[in-house]
Amino acid sequence: MKNFLYELKESLLISLYAIRANKVRSMLTTLGIIIGVTSVVLMSTAIKGIDNAFQQGVSSLGSDNLYIDKWAWFNNDIPWWEMRNRKNLDMDDFKKYEDLAKLPAAVAPTIWTNKKIKFKERNVEGIMISGTTYNYINTTNLSFESGRFFNDFESRGARNVAVIGFTVAKQLFPLGNGLGQEIKIGDVKFKVVGVLDEQGSWVMGNFNPDNQVFIPIDCVFKYFQGERMRSITINVRAPNSTSVDAVKEEAIGIMRRIRGLSYAEDNDFSINQQEGLLTTINQTIGVIQIAGLFITGLALFVGAIGIMNIMFVSVKERTREIGVRKAIGAKNRTILTQFIMEAAIICLIGGMIGLGIAVTLSMIVNQYLPTAVQADAVILAVVISLLTGILSGFAPAYTASKLDPVEALRYE
Amino acid sequence: MKIITIEHIAKIYQVGSEEVHALADVSLTIGKNEYVAIMGPSGSGKSTLMNILGCLDTPTKGIYDFNGVNVSEMNDNELAAIRNKEIGFVFQTFNLLPRSNALHNVELPLIYSGMPSSERKERAMEALINVGLENRVYHRPNELSGGQRQRVAIARALVTRPSIILADEPTGNLDTKTGEEIMVLFNEIYEAGNTIILVTHEEYIAEHAERIIRLRDGLVEKNEMVENRFIPQKRESH
Repeated sequence: MKNFLYELKESLLISLYAIRANKVRSMLTTLGIIIGVTSVVLMSTAIKGIDNAFQQGVSSLGSDNLYIDKWAWFNNDIPWWEMRNRKNLDMDDFKKYEDLAKLPAAVAPTIWTNKKIKFKERNVEGIMISGTTYNYINTTNLSFESGRFFNDFESRGARNVAVIGFTVAKQLFPLGNGLGQEIKIGDVKFKVVGVLDEQGSWVMGNFNPDNQVFIPIDCVFKYFQGERMRSITINVRAPNSTSVDAVKEEAIGIMRRIRGLSYAEDNDFSINQQEGLLTTINQTIGVIQIAGLFITGLALFVGAIGIMNIMFVSVKERTREIGVRKAIGAKNRTILTQFIMEAAIICLIGGMIGLGIAVTLSMIVNQYLPTAVQADAVILAVVISLLTGILSGFAPAYTASKLDPVEALRYE
Repeated sequence: MKIITIEHIAKIYQVGSEEVHALADVSLTIGKNEYVAIMGPSGSGKSTLMNILGCLDTPTKGIYDFNGVNVSEMNDNELAAIRNKEIGFVFQTFNLLPRSNALHNVELPLIYSGMPSSERKERAMEALINVGLENRVYHRPNELSGGQRQRVAIARALVTRPSIILADEPTGNLDTKTGEEIMVLFNEIYEAGNTIILVTHEEYIAEHAERIIRLRDGLVEKNEMVENRFIPQKRESH
């Protein structure tokens, strides 16, 4: 064991010596591995970043929330035409459910519509207008930059009041705050009573509260569409995460009663949960991950072949040196260790440089896309580069170790 | 006391369908503190014999006994250990590691024998002082003259305190005057009690030795003592 450590240490020193002695070639060799490790680390941080963003986005839905809807959001088990033929959920359903449900912490109906919004001569098109009740705020974790959510009184009275998301506010009121201003949704005037904080996730797209405007649900029915035209969604918040299942069971029971389903009939509504979205997202990310790692793995493979190639050239060029080393007593194993070590160190140096580049790049990219550099990346870079070095160095090192000293000494 | 005893060794190479007998049948012995020259024209089997004596190669037939150990049937690693501990090589083309300094070159065999760093440095330094290179320790081969390079190589051969020094045309790449200086050094090494085997094709170099073994066509043609051995005189160095 002691002998082995001595040999390892000495071949390490010899390798370092050889690497320093062949600076240019060593640098060129590292290039392949630098590119390989940079892409692997970058890809893994990017995937991690995207994953984080999705998780954050999903958690903005709230893990304690259920959404009773005509449609199953993430479920592909029920054919869409069946869901299409379901009876719409309407405000009567909601009111009955609200009366009967004992377990939820808060319930609120929502309905979505798309309208143009105007402030003076500023126009913002295609904004998602959410009609809901005052209780909506209690089913979410939204916080306010200024103002408040509309209250029970405004909600029931269908007053023309609006709460606007962060991005919408920025677009309508680039300078200063919109609180107290009058905006036009479609052709109807609404007073801004609250501006939301930035919720900050791009993942949810139009469903991101940043891009929404909230108004009393009765305003939607009054100005924009008939009450029975489209199905509403019932937002249900459980008091805590452990009670989600109980709330769900209760909801199914109550909804079946409200909808008058017999024992044999299937549910004509769906209860949606964050979980469903998570499953879908994880599947997508899994695919991205496999594709990404395959592509970067390819880059690394090309780097490894480059190293193998250059190590072969190096062995050829140093045939005489190998002959001398053998003549003065280097064993086959010693030569093998030396050359593998050389490849491993070159790769390790390349790996470290690659890691540095990847970290720098991901810091730059982070300003546009979410990335996440983690401790794993460092370990990943070290392990991958060492492994590449050892694997790609083995064949050339083996050739070197098997050289006949007589032939090698005669080599010109 | 015998260091080397070889009996009826042959080395046969297969070249295409033809067998080439580089060595046909050679027997000889070399004792401790002998100074032997091996001579012969090219194609006489001189190099093959040297490779076998130096344990770089094994004979096809015959027995090679080195210090009471049969090396003719050893494997690569065992041969490497013998070369490392028992044999000091000096080559015509010096064969130093070009990018390592003199000290590192001399240290190398000790690294392979597993000696701790501090002791190794001390021994290497001592060997360099013995060949008169105490002022060139940290020079690389390309910063040294031919004679100095050969001195580094000799220091490397001596540093393990081997049983034999095997020198293959050690003056072949040097001018006459420098060659002479190297021969003076070999004489000193011999007089200090070492065993030297000198492979050469030059008569006047061979006459520095006590005994000359002449090869021809893979056989020993003559094996005779030198009547008046040429003892080189140390000149006043510049």
